[in-house]
Amino acid sequence: MTKEQEHTMAKPKIATTSLAGCFGCHMSILDIDDRILQLVELIEFDKSPINDIKEFTGECLVGLVEGGCANEENVRVLQEFRKHCKILISLGDCAINGGLPAMRNTIPLQECLDEAYLNGPTVHNPSGKIPNDPEIPLLLDKVYPCHEVVKVDYHLPGCPPSADTIWQALTALLTDKPLELPYELIKYD
Amino acid sequence: MQDTQDLKRVVIEPVTRVEGHGKVTILLDEQNKVKQARLHIVEFRGFERFIQGRPYWEAPVLVQRLCGICPVSHHLAAAKAMDLIVGVDKLTPTAEKMRRLMHYGQMFQSHSLHFFHLASPDLLFGFGADVAIRNVIGVAEKHKDLAVQGVMMRKYGQEIIKATAGKKIHGTGAIPGGINKNLSIEERDSFLKDIEQMREWSRGALKIAKDYTVENLEQVAPFGSFDSNHLSLVREDGAMDLYNGNLRAIDAQGEKIFDQVSPLKYLDYIAEDVRDWSYMKFPFIRSLGPENGWYRVGPLARVNACDFIDTPEAEEARKEFMAVTDGKPNNLTMAYHWARMIETLHSIEKIHELLEDTDLQGEDLVVRGERRPEGIGLLEAPRGTLFHHYRVDENDQVTMANLIVSTTSNNEPMNRAVTKVAMDHISGQPEITEGLLNHIEVAIRAYDPCLSCATHALGRMPLVVRMVDAEGNEVAKKST
Repeated sequence: MTKEQEHTMAKPKIATTSLAGCFGCHMSILDIDDRILQLVELIEFDKSPINDIKEFTGECLVGLVEGGCANEENVRVLQEFRKHCKILISLGDCAINGGLPAMRNTIPLQECLDEAYLNGPTVHNPSGKIPNDPEIPLLLDKVYPCHEVVKVDYHLPGCPPSADTIWQALTALLTDKPLELPYELIKYD
Repeated sequence: MQDTQDLKRVVIEPVTRVEGHGKVTILLDEQNKVKQARLHIVEFRGFERFIQGRPYWEAPVLVQRLCGICPVSHHLAAAKAMDLIVGVDKLTPTAEKMRRLMHYGQMFQSHSLHFFHLASPDLLFGFGADVAIRNVIGVAEKHKDLAVQGVMMRKYGQEIIKATAGKKIHGTGAIPGGINKNLSIEERDSFLKDIEQMREWSRGALKIAKDYTVENLEQVAPFGSFDSNHLSLVREDGAMDLYNGNLRAIDAQGEKIFDQVSPLKYLDYIAEDVRDWSYMKFPFIRSLGPENGWYRVGPLARVNACDFIDTPEAEEARKEFMAVTDGKPNNLTMAYHWARMIETLHSIEKIHELLEDTDLQGEDLVVRGERRPEGIGLLEAPRGTLFHHYRVDENDQVTMANLIVSTTSNNEPMNRAVTKVAMDHISGQPEITEGLLNHIEVAIRAYDPCLSCATHALGRMPLVVRMVDAEGNEVAKKST
């Protein structure tokens, strides 16, 4: 093993996922811009939509979860994140309180499906069937915030949390220093 | 229908280096011959229903939460529809140009993100390369200059969005009838300072995409490719226009199916098929029917459909692109990358043009007219034609919302690409390796799908299932 490989092996891992979110929080992670090159000096990415690691390869120090739980697959992935990540962070408003997708919580799900498949002005559906297939995960009756499904260690609010907020939180965790969030980073629109 | 019980099922889940949530299933017989290959989208949102009852002015900030990669597209399409609701047919020059600047900034960042962060590992390292390096971090290690360019180009686009919309993601700049700020001289100068560098890098990215396509044409040409119709907005003179225009559809040979159709008439031309074997709707041209009327959208369709591009460098690039297919539409799936980089160059040329226009410092930001009950807003999002349609009642509440997002229009094309690659590269292979499966994802990625965009109206008839934790407390209940 080369020295470089040893160095890589020793780095803590970070995993990320987007459940019922819009990927905006992941975009905000990328908005740390060229600091991502510094970040990969400190850590290694495990399972994440930005690479092709589809299953966890080992234990991770930090798991960043975007989005709440809208279907059984979201619940399964979230539980897997809890199992493999020492520190689990709800990233953004959807993970923390369901966010915009939770607007469906006040409406019967059937009405949402009917609007999409039967009633919309461009719908062409002579059979009147609403699609149904075992390959599609079952929907939950409502959208749940992550901490109602598993224990969550930290919450980073914002829609999305700014790149600076994410950067401050990650570097504080990785360098074992207290997190400093000045007023500008916790002020929202 | 064939009995699929005895078939072997291979799953790619989740599809990665794309935006949103999708999976691919492939059914194989005993000889590993592919019997079926499909791209599934696995999320449901229900926007069309839960937006009902909300005040119309919320739509531009709510609906963009469909998608965090191209929120500006939804923000602006909803704002365009709401312009009509507040009785405005023409914005002030400052408002129109600020929105255009926001839109070109969005196009520039989204295309850069897709090319450098998501797709380039496949092009640089090969479709079957080691999974450990086949990502943007791998690109940063082996081609640091390229990775830095990608990061800085995306950043430039994001900063333009921040300066026009107030925030990089989910901004608030566009309001019904106009915009809520102009561009300060300081902001303008900070962008002009880097514009030549951005133009240079855009030329470089275009060259990479072009050289890749031309030099590997033998492998690239058949990869996930098929003939199709193409749909795009074009300006009245036939020029590419990403923010505003009329609908044009052409067939695989370039014959016009319809042309200069006002966005207000989209319902007469476009419908969405619901099929019991799939969960994402299948848009089609009404006159051709669901079987033959499906079409591609996005960079490839736009470069094919327009008569010319109104910025000089991108127009030169378009001519080179069209020369490869003797002026006929290009129907190669992998040519999307080249077309996307032509648009990236076009976007930075447009940004440059706008930055030098003093209308951006104008003070006249909003106009109002007489309230109307209905509004339709179309634009060309990074991934293709985006349709927003709303009805609003006398209490200012939305009563109907219909959204056809770009990726939904590419549903049939992406499924065809998946099937083609599965047949050509997977069928009959003794061992189905991870690298082989990535070939399928390479074809999907060419379309730069925005799967969470497309999932606003997907789902399944649910059953009742309860989920309990270790203590027997219900943590989740699956709905009836």
